[in-house]
Amino acid sequence: MRPKELCFLVAFHTTTEALALEDAARAAGVSGRLIPIPTQITAGCGLAWRMPISEKESMLRLLLECRLRYEDVYELTI
Amino acid sequence: MIYLDSAATSYHKPKQVAEAVYEAMLHMGNSGRSGHEISLTSSRTIFGARKKLAALFGMDDPAQVAFTSNSTQSLNIAISGLFGKGDHVITTAMEHNSVLRPLYREETEGMELTVIPCDEKGTVRYDMLEEAVRPNTKGIVCTHASNLTGNVVDIRRIGRFCRERGILFVVDASQTAGVFPLDMEEMCIDVLCFTGHKSLLGPQGTGGLCVRKGLEIPSFCVGGSGVQSYSRTHPSQMPTRLEAGTLNGHGIAGLSASLDWIQETGLAAIRKREQQRMRRFYEGVCEIPQVKVYGDFTAAERAPIVALNIGENPSEEVCDALAVRYGIATRGGAHCAPLMHEQLGTVSQGAVRFSFCYFTTEEEVEKAIQAVKEIAEEWT
Repeated sequence: MRPKELCFLVAFHTTTEALALEDAARAAGVSGRLIPIPTQITAGCGLAWRMPISEKESMLRLLLECRLRYEDVYELTI
Repeated sequence: MIYLDSAATSYHKPKQVAEAVYEAMLHMGNSGRSGHEISLTSSRTIFGARKKLAALFGMDDPAQVAFTSNSTQSLNIAISGLFGKGDHVITTAMEHNSVLRPLYREETEGMELTVIPCDEKGTVRYDMLEEAVRPNTKGIVCTHASNLTGNVVDIRRIGRFCRERGILFVVDASQTAGVFPLDMEEMCIDVLCFTGHKSLLGPQGTGGLCVRKGLEIPSFCVGGSGVQSYSRTHPSQMPTRLEAGTLNGHGIAGLSASLDWIQETGLAAIRKREQQRMRRFYEGVCEIPQVKVYGDFTAAERAPIVALNIGENPSEEVCDALAVRYGIATRGGAHCAPLMHEQLGTVSQGAVRFSFCYFTTEEEVEKAIQAVKEIAEEWT
């Protein structure tokens, strides 16, 4: 099995929301990347932003400051 | 060939547009369908185009820009989604069938429709707007510029009129987007419908609608969205709400490149050159005795269109002579604007439409004037 790690994830309603977050994260220097959404979150397709759990606070600040739209946030071992 | 049919579609496009489409076809996957780079490249390109369009049209939220295939599809989505049985809608005699037919279809289902006529120069009768309003008036749908005469509508005035009365304002910007300033906020526009292939200089098969935040238009088409796959209903969030199925990512990449070119060149510079070409052509043909020009040329700004007829000659025959004898591409006949033709008295004759663009040269304009002179002398 692939080794797993605790991650912080942001899920979105739409691809556009995901891309807006990617833009904002890149501009703010917050690490992470878009990944196919893990099935533990939803069985649907789509994208999620995955980042190390250590970056959780920076992301929560970014979501607020940039008034980014998203569906939910998760801490997940994947 | 001298191309003077830009109101139908832009033929001369910045070379970056075709290059962007080609690159996209080599490197872009399906937007929003996966997290690999080939899919993400598409997602990022499309999102980039949304941002550029939002900026161009004075919107702060790119998510409110939904892509469609063209203005006609956008107008169908807006009209069928916002208006129906029991509602009253006002439009003008300047409209293209892309506005009229969706409205007529709703009319057969019980929507009430009022068409504001135009004066003899084809300018909308603003003075008749107030009396047209009824207690159940829900919207005004109108073009920003006539595709037949080039007359520009004062949409800022109509937008304010609508906002003061709580009426929705839907604008067809097919002939003006990319040339004339359009600010949805300032002009009180609720829905702006555009096509990518005309003055936005993008590929055919691109277009969209910008929806004021807070206004909800029901999904027109439902299906694949890349998100919320197990929901039985289509996602309600914009822009996915109004987009179903794979977008024309390759075309949108081209549109994105043309938006860059427009941004770099500047709307004012584009407009200035187009106005010069159009005005010079008008001056050159309006004094020819047999030529009748339609539209209001006293207006400060107008779309770069000159529609005319030579005597009683059928417009399509003049159009054909221009193409075959002079290599000049124009459009003759009817122009999908039946009420405008009725108002101008050109239902049977149609009109020869010369439409100019940023890439039209002075020399081409002079050749077109000379061609009209020669046909007029010969066919009298």
